[in-house]
Amino acid sequence: MSSAPANQPPQAGPAQSLRPAMSPLALAMRRFRQNRLALAGLAILATIVAANLAGLAWNSIEVALERPEPYRTPSEGLHPQAPSLAHPFGTDPLGRDMLARTLVGGCVSLGVGLAAAVVSILIGSVWGITSGYAGRGIDTAMMRIVDVLYGLPYILLVILLLVLFQDQWTEVRMAVLFLAIGGVSWLTMARVVRGQVLALRESEFIQAARALGSGGGRIIFREMLPNLTGTILVCATLTVPLAILQESFLSFLGLGVPPPLASWGTLASEAIDAINPVVTYWWMLAFPCGALGATLLALNFVGDGLRDAFDPRAK
Amino acid sequence: MAYYILRRLAYFVPTLIAIYTVAFLMMHAAPGSPFAQEKNLPPEVLAAREAEYNLDKPLYVQYALYARDLLTLKGHTSMRYPDRNVIRDILAPAFPVSLSLGVFALGVAVVVGTVAGVISAARPRSPADYAAMAGAMIGISQPSFVIASLLMFVFAFTLRWLPVGGWGSPSQIVLPALALAALPSAYIARLVRTGMLEVLSADFIRTARAKGLAEWRIMLDHALPTAWLPVLGYLGPAAAGIFTGSFVVEKIFAIPGVGTFFVDSALHRDHPLILATVLLYAVLLVVFNLLVDIGYAWLDPRIRYE
Repeated sequence: MSSAPANQPPQAGPAQSLRPAMSPLALAMRRFRQNRLALAGLAILATIVAANLAGLAWNSIEVALERPEPYRTPSEGLHPQAPSLAHPFGTDPLGRDMLARTLVGGCVSLGVGLAAAVVSILIGSVWGITSGYAGRGIDTAMMRIVDVLYGLPYILLVILLLVLFQDQWTEVRMAVLFLAIGGVSWLTMARVVRGQVLALRESEFIQAARALGSGGGRIIFREMLPNLTGTILVCATLTVPLAILQESFLSFLGLGVPPPLASWGTLASEAIDAINPVVTYWWMLAFPCGALGATLLALNFVGDGLRDAFDPRAK
Repeated sequence: MAYYILRRLAYFVPTLIAIYTVAFLMMHAAPGSPFAQEKNLPPEVLAAREAEYNLDKPLYVQYALYARDLLTLKGHTSMRYPDRNVIRDILAPAFPVSLSLGVFALGVAVVVGTVAGVISAARPRSPADYAAMAGAMIGISQPSFVIASLLMFVFAFTLRWLPVGGWGSPSQIVLPALALAALPSAYIARLVRTGMLEVLSADFIRTARAKGLAEWRIMLDHALPTAWLPVLGYLGPAAAGIFTGSFVVEKIFAIPGVGTFFVDSALHRDHPLILATVLLYAVLLVVFNLLVDIGYAWLDPRIRYE
């Protein structure tokens, strides 16, 4: 159970009637603001997102994707350049600026994470609410479907979806990649939300609403949804890092975003290919993985902070 | 309890049938021929190859034939490696490799994760807590191929303590097991820490303290079993995933495990191999989920199954 039921009538008594009741969301946000680690995570996340968007706005796509002049015709002696004033993050073997590539790659990685979160909110929470609220046969059937999808190796689902659209345009392949990763990430959301709905359905304030003659729609949207916001928000926040990691795994397989586009996953995977005992192009690995690590850490902090904020009993 | 286990076992059958059916239909819905790589096959040869895999027969016949081959454990020859039987020559030799590596990795993850979680819960907000949780964060915040490559770079290339890869000697198991254990040990450490902190404020812990029990006994005998419940729930799916190998770790350390075939079979539309790997994973998953539920009852006496 999360925090206090949303639409409970304000308790009688002079002390309470002076101040309007705070919604569970407002209470949770107040607790969230007192959590320093979560706030730091949010700040880091905001900085990274802003930097990526700024990179996108500041024409870095061309810089990130086009090879500069001397690299157009491959000749000997061209290596990744170490960080310098001109290229603060160094360059890759094709002479492309790693700063620009890291920023553009960040947009792709964050986009994948965001898409997965949106898909899991849209499909997962609707699935979970329907299943939990309908109960009986429908609940059993819907949860069995989740069990079966959960029992399939997710990599099979993603690969088969991706090969379906392998010969399409870059845009279509990108969209499929986003949807494929989102398409396997809603299962957890559906389970968690259903569990919460089952608990709420038996609670007294829902029974009261039913006794007052509220219909299903009103109970779901006005009574239950405010109490599910926290669960859904936490689950969605924790979906984002998982989706970003899954994209990096697909990049390692060569199924990630098609080149010359980059994501943090493809950049890391290119850097791993360049690792050898003789020369280390550390900047190719350090910057994308640093950005990836910082983002995932920040997301985990924010997710944990949200969970604590919505569930004050847990520490 | 026995009745509960029997009922769960009976429920395995429809679940496995459904998983098999979905995998079968998805596999056929995906475009592209399994023989696309063999360029310019004469039509007669192609037809013969397709007949060998029953592709010329109606779907329900293929469905039944593959199901029979898998149920009897007879297997079928792989489409990609026409001289190898998917069960006898591919999965049977590779699964023990993944299993032993996985058991080792999961053991490391459980021990490291539990110890780190208990230490950080025993002294919350202390340097030890922050160190343990920072270590856990590394495991959560990097892709496994980066962790695996860095481990290899440091311990095999630079320090030369351990072999670069391969399979057979005990020293070759260390690096891949660490790479595999990174993510689960991080998760377990966080779950144990959260669980311990929650349990330590419970009434029965206060009672134990009032009785004058030693702090370490309170932590290990009283708090840990309850705090460990969420870890158990995580271990079910995690064990199924780890025991079926990891494509990344197997590729980087050149280990002949089954993880590779999960990716390879899907990439090459190798129908018999896809179905065999899917069923292997599904069987492990349902079995481990059952073991987890039995484990719950064992760890928490309040849980009763009817």
